[in-house]
Amino acid sequence: MGKRRSLYLSFLLGPGAFWLLMFFVVPSLLVVVYSFMERSSSGGVIWNVSLEAYAKLFTFDPESLFVNDFVVIFLRSFWWAVLTTVACLLIGYPLAFYIAQQKPTARMILLFMVMIPFWTNFLVRTYAWKFILNNNGLINTVLSSLGMQRIPLINTPTAVLIGLVYGSLPFMVLPLYASIEKFDYTLVEAGQDLGANYFRIFTRVFLPLTMPGVAAGCILVFIPAVGQYVVPTILGGGKVAMLGNILAQQFGAALNWPFGSAIAVVFMILLMAGVLIYFAVEREEEAV
Amino acid sequence: MTVQHAQEGSLTRPTTTDTYYPPQKAGSLLLTWGKRLLWANMIFSFIFLYAPILVLVVFSFNDSRFAAKWEGFTFKWYGELLSNDAIISAFWNSIVVAVLSTIIATLLGTMTAIAMERFRFPFRKTYDGILYLPVIVPDIVMGIALLAFFALALDWINTALALPSDSALRPGLTTVIIAHVAFNISFVAIVVRTSLRDFNKALEEAAQDLGANEWITFRRVTLPLIMPGILGGALLAFTLSLDDFVITFFTTGPGGTTLPIDVFGRIRRTISPEINAISTLMLMMSIVLVIASQTLQRRRE
Repeated sequence: MGKRRSLYLSFLLGPGAFWLLMFFVVPSLLVVVYSFMERSSSGGVIWNVSLEAYAKLFTFDPESLFVNDFVVIFLRSFWWAVLTTVACLLIGYPLAFYIAQQKPTARMILLFMVMIPFWTNFLVRTYAWKFILNNNGLINTVLSSLGMQRIPLINTPTAVLIGLVYGSLPFMVLPLYASIEKFDYTLVEAGQDLGANYFRIFTRVFLPLTMPGVAAGCILVFIPAVGQYVVPTILGGGKVAMLGNILAQQFGAALNWPFGSAIAVVFMILLMAGVLIYFAVEREEEAV
Repeated sequence: MTVQHAQEGSLTRPTTTDTYYPPQKAGSLLLTWGKRLLWANMIFSFIFLYAPILVLVVFSFNDSRFAAKWEGFTFKWYGELLSNDAIISAFWNSIVVAVLSTIIATLLGTMTAIAMERFRFPFRKTYDGILYLPVIVPDIVMGIALLAFFALALDWINTALALPSDSALRPGLTTVIIAHVAFNISFVAIVVRTSLRDFNKALEEAAQDLGANEWITFRRVTLPLIMPGILGGALLAFTLSLDDFVITFFTTGPGGTTLPIDVFGRIRRTISPEINAISTLMLMMSIVLVIASQTLQRRRE
C-alpha cells in the first residue's frame, strides 16, 4: 500500500472508528469496569474494586430461590423472549410464504402492509394495545356499556406477551420473506420427480434452504425481546417486570450502578454465548 | 386433453386433468387445505397488525374526554396539539436530533463502508465485528453504557474546567445526538456496503485506466453509483433517530426532551384522545417514510 493510499484509508476510517471507539466500545468497557466497583449511594461508583455486585446477583438462598426477584426476572425475560420468537415464527413463516406466492402486484401491496408497522414508532404501537386493554380502554368500555363486569387486562403477563409479539412480528416476516422469495421452485419439481410427498419436500428442501431467513428473523426478534423496556413498562405497569426494567431501575431510582452493570454484563455474556453456540451449530450443519 | 394451469401458490406444475394419479389427488387435497390455512393466517395476521392501529386513529377523532367511549366526530384534539408548547418544542428537538445525527452518521458511515469494501488493512475482521455490534446489542444495554459514560466524562470535563454548578455541562440534546450517531454509523455502513458490493468494480478500474485519479474516480463513478444506497442508509438513520426512545431516555437531560420522550411520559400515565392524535400524526409520518424508502428501493433496482 502506497503512502498516499494509506493516508486516504486513515481519512476514511478514522472519524467513524473514533466515534465507535469513544461512544460505543469505551462505554461498554466502562460498564464492565463499573460492575467490579463499590456502590456509591449518590449514583456512579466508588473506585474500589469489589465483587459485591456479582455476590448479590449470584447468592442463591435455596429458600428464597423463587422469591429472589432478579433470578425470576432473568428467567422470565428469556422465557418470554423464547415464547415471543416461537409465536412470531408460527405466524410469520406462513405469512411470508403466502406473500411470496402472490402475483407481483399483490405481493408488493402485502409487503408494503408489513412494512408500515415495521417503520411505525414502537411507542405508538405499544400504546395502541394500552388503549385497547386499559381499565378504561376499549374492551372494558364496551363491556361496561353492555352492563358486564370490567376485567383486568392491563398489567398482566398476557398483555406484555401480546405487546411483545405485536411489536416483533414485522421483524420476523421481512427477513423470512427475503429468503423465501429467493427459493428456486424447480427444486420442488425435482423433489416430486424423485417421489417425495409435500411434507417431505417441505422438511427436506424448503425449510433447510430458507433457514438463513429463519435464523435472521429469530435473532432480530429474540434479542430485542429479552431486553425490552417499553413493553413491560407500558403494558406491564412495572408489575410484570423484565430485564430492561431492573436495568433502568438500578441506574435510576435504586442508584446501584455496580449492580446494574453486573446485570448488564451477565446478560450480554448469556446473549453472546447463545449467538455463538447458534453459529457454531450452524457451521457444523453446513459442514455435514 | 385440457391443460389446467397451476394456480398461484400451488407447488405443482401444470398437470393434465383427465388422467388419474392417486398420489397427486391426496396431495392436492392437502394443498387445498394448506392454501386455506395460509389464507386464514394471512387474514388473521393483518387484522392483528392493523386493528389496534385503526382503533387508535378512529378514536383520535372522538369528541369525548373519556378516551374509549365514542361520542361524535371532532378535530379538536389535533387543534389542541398545535397549541401545546411542550409537544411542539419536543417535535422540533426530535427534528434537530434526527437531521444532525443523520448527516454525521451518513458521512461517517459511508466513509467507513468504502474503507471496509475497498481496502485491506490489519484488524479488518475485528473491526468488521465491532461495526455490527451496535445493531445487535439491545438498546437498553447501549443506553445504560452511554449514561454511565456521559456521567463520568461530563464530570471530568466540569472538574477539569472548574465550571461552577450553574454553567456545568449536563446531558441534553448534544449527548443525544452523539449517541444517535454512535448507533446509526453501523446501520448506514451496512446499507452502503451492500450497494458497494453490488456494483461492477471494473467501472472504477476503467476510470483509473483512463487517467482519473482516486478523487475523480470516486466523485464521477463510485459516488453516483452508490448514491441510492447512501440515501437509503440516510433514510434508515433518520427514521431510527426519530423513533428512538430507549437510548434517548438514558442519554438526555434537562431541555433535551424529544417527541418519543414526551409521548412516553404521557402514555405511561394514562390513555387520552390527545395521545391518540399525536400517535396518528406519528403514524402518518411513518407511512411517508415507508413510501420514500420503497421509492428509493425501486430506483436502486
